[in-house]
Amino acid sequence: MSSTSWQLWEVFIRSNRGLDHKHAGSVHAADAEMALQNARDLYTRRKEGVSIWVVPSSAIVASDPDDKASLFDPADDKIYRHPTFYELPDAVKHM
Amino acid sequence: MNHDLFQYVVRQADNCMVLCQRLCALGAQGPELEEDIALSNMSLDLLGQARALYNYASTLEGKGRSEDDFAFMRDERNWYNVHLVEQPNGDFGDVIARQFVFDAWHINYLKQLQTSTDSTLAAIAAKAIKEVTYHLRHSSQWVIRLGDGTDESHRRMQRAINHIWRFTPELFMADELDQRLQAQGIGVDLAAVRMEWDNIINSVLSEATLTRPPEEHPAQGGREGIHSEYMGYLLAEMQSLPRAMPGCQW
Repeated sequence: MSSTSWQLWEVFIRSNRGLDHKHAGSVHAADAEMALQNARDLYTRRKEGVSIWVVPSSAIVASDPDDKASLFDPADDKIYRHPTFYELPDAVKHM
Repeated sequence: MNHDLFQYVVRQADNCMVLCQRLCALGAQGPELEEDIALSNMSLDLLGQARALYNYASTLEGKGRSEDDFAFMRDERNWYNVHLVEQPNGDFGDVIARQFVFDAWHINYLKQLQTSTDSTLAAIAAKAIKEVTYHLRHSSQWVIRLGDGTDESHRRMQRAINHIWRFTPELFMADELDQRLQAQGIGVDLAAVRMEWDNIINSVLSEATLTRPPEEHPAQGGREGIHSEYMGYLLAEMQSLPRAMPGCQW
């Protein structure tokens, strides 16, 4: 079986302490269950996580690197959007 | 020394060790890098279980034999694993068929052993159950995937199941030693393991659109040290280095 026949999946792992799943890498797999098992074998070998998501790479819509300037530069001069300008109430957790 | 218990422990350690060696040989040979790692992981799990059991056997025996002595310094007639685990890797379907029928036995064997009156065996079993639960999930998914896959994968998966089938009855053959240990609450009830095994086998084979083969010409004798023609070669490969260089470390 060649690599071309197995689809690529993106792997997201939630660590013990984290609340969010972080991108860990990718695996080849023929179906979702296999992708989950392969991700487990490859990315949780050293107790990195407590939860795994796998997503077909083809389902991810990515921004075009050529659009970098138009997408991200306009935020440069809007420092007032940063939370450092606000007092964070004690009730707000996980920030 | 409780000789029965010693023998009981070595038999299971040998099952784990020999299957570990078979899976080990697949390193860098898997159909995909990811599957390569999966098989190696299972191999390492089995190695860990074999080590725990050899250690326990050594304690029971009290002669100071090491894990390595058990693994590398015994000749064929002193190995007590079932024939199933020593069967050659063949193609990927054969690897999966062997793994699946073994895992389905192994998980139910461990579930019973977990309640053994022998606290060491119970603890080893409790730890191994988590590993073997995953092994079974992996192998049964592959049986379903290949059985219910293309015409070619179906044909080859059925052929692999047919081929391995005569090595399955030995897993459930209770000899006098098994009966004595079961009566003491130490050993498992192989008839009960068989019932659970049947359930798993039937449900997975049916989902995989595969046919359960008839029970014919069962292989036996492994647990008394009588092995198939493949065992000698397996041991030769596994043992040659430690025998050529005793005490070698790297």
